[in-house]
Amino acid sequence: MTTLDTPAAVPAVPVAPASAAARAWRTVRSSRAATIGLAIVAVHVLIALLAPLLTSYDPIANNADQALLGPSWEHWAGTDQYGRDVLARVLYGGRYAIGVSVAATLVTLLIGTVVGCAAALRGGWFDDVLGRVLDAVLSVPSVLALLVIVTALGTGPSVIVLAIAVVYVPQVVRVVRGAALAVVPADYVTAARARGESTWAILRREILPNITDVVCVEFAMRASWVVLLISSLSFLGFGADPPTPDWGLMVAENRTAITVVPMASLAPIIALATLVVGLNLAADGLSKAWGVDRIREGS
Amino acid sequence: MFSFIARRAGAAIGTLFLSSVLVFLAVQALPGDVATQVLGKDATPDAVSALREKLKLDQPAWERYVDWIGGALHGDFGLSLVSGKAVGGEVGMYLGNSALIALVTVLFAVTGSIVLGILAGLYRDRWPDHLISTVSLIGMSVPEFVVATVLVLCFSVALPWFPAVVLYGPEASVGQLMPAVWLPALALAVVMAAYIVRMARTSVIDVMAGEFVTTARLKGLSTWRVVTRHALPSALLPTLHVIALNVAWLAGGVAVVENVFNYPGIGKLMLASVQNRDLPVIQAIALISAVVYVVCNLAADLGAMALNPKLRTRGRTR
Repeated sequence: MTTLDTPAAVPAVPVAPASAAARAWRTVRSSRAATIGLAIVAVHVLIALLAPLLTSYDPIANNADQALLGPSWEHWAGTDQYGRDVLARVLYGGRYAIGVSVAATLVTLLIGTVVGCAAALRGGWFDDVLGRVLDAVLSVPSVLALLVIVTALGTGPSVIVLAIAVVYVPQVVRVVRGAALAVVPADYVTAARARGESTWAILRREILPNITDVVCVEFAMRASWVVLLISSLSFLGFGADPPTPDWGLMVAENRTAITVVPMASLAPIIALATLVVGLNLAADGLSKAWGVDRIREGS
Repeated sequence: MFSFIARRAGAAIGTLFLSSVLVFLAVQALPGDVATQVLGKDATPDAVSALREKLKLDQPAWERYVDWIGGALHGDFGLSLVSGKAVGGEVGMYLGNSALIALVTVLFAVTGSIVLGILAGLYRDRWPDHLISTVSLIGMSVPEFVVATVLVLCFSVALPWFPAVVLYGPEASVGQLMPAVWLPALALAVVMAAYIVRMARTSVIDVMAGEFVTTARLKGLSTWRVVTRHALPSALLPTLHVIALNVAWLAGGVAVVENVFNYPGIGKLMLASVQNRDLPVIQAIALISAVVYVVCNLAADLGAMALNPKLRTRGRTR
C-alpha cells in the first residue's frame, strides 16, 4: 500500500521501542498541525483532570434561585435551568467524554489491530469469512446498532465502550489488514515463518513494529469519531445519565432555552468542537509526517 | 466482466444474509419478555401465553428467523407491537419522508463538496485551499446535532425563515414537509461534505500531478478544459466510494438530526421503536438500512469499474 513508498514508514528491520518513541517524538515536533492538535488535546485532558481545582462550583448541585442566569462575575458562563453553573459543568464534562472515548478507542484499536494482523497473516478461508462477517456488521447503521446494544445492556460507561467497539472494530480491522498485507510478503516475515515462529510471535515482532504509524494515525482519527458518536448518543438520551455533566447531554438539556441562555448550549459546543479539532489536527499532522494516506485509510 | 459483476452481486447477497442473521440475533437479545411488555405488568398469565403463541415466541429462534426473513422477502415485516399496524407500510411512510431529506442532502453535499474540493486542489497551498480546508476540518469536528442547533439559532430564531420543528405527523404531504426539509438537509450536508471535500481535494492534487495532465497542458489546452476533460473524471473515481459510504452513514446521521427538528422520518421512528422495544420495526429498519448500504456499495464498485478499465481487468484475472 501507500505506506511502503515512504522510507520512514517501513524500516527494513523492526525498530527497538526506545528508538520508535524517539522517532515518534521527532515526527510530532516536525509537524506543526500535529503539535497544535496534540497540545489542544493535552489542554483538554489537563482541564478534565484539574476540574475541581479550576472551579469551586459543584457541577450537579441544583440551585433554583440562580436558574437561567446570563454570564456574570460569579457564573462566567451563566447557569442552566436548574441553576447549575455552566462553566463547572463544561469543565467536568470532559471527564466523561475523554474517559469513555479513550477507553473505547483503545479497546477498538486493540481488537482491530490483532484481528486485522491475524487476517493478513493467516489469509485463506479465515480472511474470507472474516471479511464477509465484517461487511455484514458494517451494513447495519452504527447509531441503530449502538441504540440496540445500549437498550439491551443498559447505559453504563462499560456498555458504551463495548458498543463502540462492536461498531468500529470492523473498520479498524480493514485498515490494519490493508497495512499489514503490505508487510506480510517481506523477506523477514518469510524468514520468521521458515524459522517456525508462532503466528503470535511474528505478529508482535515483525508485523506490529512496521505498522505502528498506521495504528497511531488510526487511533487519533478513530478517537475523533468516537468522541462525536458518544456525544451524539448522550444528546439522544442514550449515553451519559443525567445529571452527569456531559457536553452532548448539556446541549440536549439547554437547547430549548437557547434564546434565553445561549451560553449554556454554546459553551459545551465549543468544548466539544475544540477537542475534536485537536484530534483531527493530530491525525492529519501525523499522517502527513508519516506518509500514511489518512483519507483513503479512513474510507 | 460479467463474471465480475456476478461475483460482486453474489457477495452482496451473502453479506445481506449474514447481516439479517446478525440483526435478528441482536434484537432477540433485547431484555424483557415481549409479551409481558406489550400487555403490561398486570396481564393475566393466560393472556401472556396467548400472545406469546400469537407472536410465535414459543417456537425455536431459527424457525422464527425463517418466518421473518421469508415474510420480509415478500415485503411483509409483521405487525408493529405498539400501533398494531403492518410494519412494512409504516416504515415505508417514514422512509419516504426521510428520502426527501436524503435526496436534498446528497444533492447539496455532492455538488458543493466536489466544486470546493476541486477549487482547493487547484489552488493548493494558497488562500482558497487554506480557507476550504479549515472550514472542512471544522465541519468534520462538530457532530450533526451541533450543526442543526446552530442552524436553528440562525435561520429559525434570528431570521425566521424556516420552521424549527415539524408539527406534522408521518402522513404529512410532500408540500407540507417541504419547508422543513432544508435545515435538516443542510445540517447533514455540512457534515457529509466535509469528508468528500478532503477526498476530492487529494484526488485532484494527485491527478493534476500526473503526466497526462502535463501533456494536455503542453498541448496548449486551457486550464478549464484540462480540469473538465482530464482531471474531473479521474478525480471523481476515488470520491465515488466515499460518497457511497456516506449515503450509508446518512441512515445514522438522520436519526440525530430528525430528532432535533422533530421531523417524522425513519430516524425518529428508529429512536421511538428502540425506546418502545418495538422489535419488528427495529428489525425492519435495520434490514432496510443494510440493503441500502449493500446496494450503495455495489453501485459504487460497479460505477468505479465503469470509469476505470484497470479495475475491470484486475477483477477478471484475480
